[in-house]
Amino acid sequence: MKFGERSAMASKLYEDASSALAGVLFDGMTIAAGGFGICGIPETLIAAIRDAGVKDLTIVSNNCGIDDYGLGQLLTTRQIRKMVSSYVGENKEFERQYLAGELEIEFNPQGTLAERMRAGGAGIPAFYTRTAVGTNVAEGKEVREFDGERYVMERGIVADLSIVKALKGDPYGNLVYRKTARNFNPMVATCGKVTVAEVEQIVGAGELDPDCIHTPGIFVQRFILATQNEKRIERLTLRKEEPA
Amino acid sequence: MPWTRDEMAARAARELKDGDYANLGIGIPTLVANYIAPGIDVTLQSENGMLGLGPFPTENEVDADLINAGKQTITELDRTSYFSSADSFGMIRGGHIDLSVLGAMEVAENGDLANWMVPGKMIKGPGGAMDLVAGVKKIIVVMEHNSKDGGAKFRKACTLPLTGANVVDMIITELAVFRRPDRHAPFELIELAPGVDAGQIRERTEAAYTERLAAGA
Repeated sequence: MKFGERSAMASKLYEDASSALAGVLFDGMTIAAGGFGICGIPETLIAAIRDAGVKDLTIVSNNCGIDDYGLGQLLTTRQIRKMVSSYVGENKEFERQYLAGELEIEFNPQGTLAERMRAGGAGIPAFYTRTAVGTNVAEGKEVREFDGERYVMERGIVADLSIVKALKGDPYGNLVYRKTARNFNPMVATCGKVTVAEVEQIVGAGELDPDCIHTPGIFVQRFILATQNEKRIERLTLRKEEPA
Repeated sequence: MPWTRDEMAARAARELKDGDYANLGIGIPTLVANYIAPGIDVTLQSENGMLGLGPFPTENEVDADLINAGKQTITELDRTSYFSSADSFGMIRGGHIDLSVLGAMEVAENGDLANWMVPGKMIKGPGGAMDLVAGVKKIIVVMEHNSKDGGAKFRKACTLPLTGANVVDMIITELAVFRRPDRHAPFELIELAPGVDAGQIRERTEAAYTERLAAGA
């Protein structure tokens, strides 16, 4: 085989979500999920994880969906033991389970959460940030002074599985996201021991501009064509049309 | 007469300078965008990965992949760029954003800010607030002068868990504006809402501050 030719072994495209997740799910695992609110969430893979019934999950995700949509579905089925998030305000079932002591939450400042996943994916075990110095988020963490400023040490995150949503993917797993649906997806893609992507469109080799690929295929082990692209809107906000 | 929410937002908008990059929080801070003066070109940043926020969409323009940090639908401009959350907070934490306007539950006279949790109540989380106050060059708080039970929100010390220590540069309430020249200096009372006098502010404020009102105010 010539260099650059694609071997059968390299095929990352799976038939559907359950086959793409086969062998990578186990109870008690940590899953990192892309998305901000319910924008850019891997809907198809979340549904497949729900159907697989895997439990005691630690989910690393900025938010936890809404009651019956996105990661909120995994709360309904009691599959989540712990959330690592920056903001979880949009979910009544979350509140109920949290106040009942059934669900653990580790709050991270949003930038710290993004950086923890970026660091984890880049082989950086820890970093220092000024964010949260002097707050209860910094309690129990090392604080160190650099150039007269205090910084708190935060740890990188490596997940057992990462799930992301992209607009386009090519056979090599190169991904392109769309608008603000990008959000956490690129960092999430890097921090998984295994990363599974769902894409709205599969394109042929060479169809993505190599200069404009957001997630290079090395970070993506498996991908599928997304079959759930409901893309609900959390807060539809309109301006009045100007009179013509 | 106290300032309205829109007047408070308009006052905050006067702090924007031509060429500024700014991040606006949820609530009254969002309204600031409506009052940017003509001739002042400001680029708005949103934590979820967008620089150059446009207005809310018309029904035909709605795009589920295009939202602001408040999860509201939004539009893009000819200057817009999109990026990851890590790049977004690189801008914020790296000191590249000039100004942020946010709400508060309490501000202390030393500039401490509390706006993310009330112990014993359901906690939604800090979102990007801790990153913004730690990294943005100038932090303006827009808040009610007193809480619903009448307690002072501008206090000697915060009673609620902090969002950031010594991070606030300016406070705009419905009654008054406080500012300090730098983060080692005490706050100064610089403006009063129409019909409000300095004595009323002293009564309704727990924090120590100096008075630097323009003559005739």
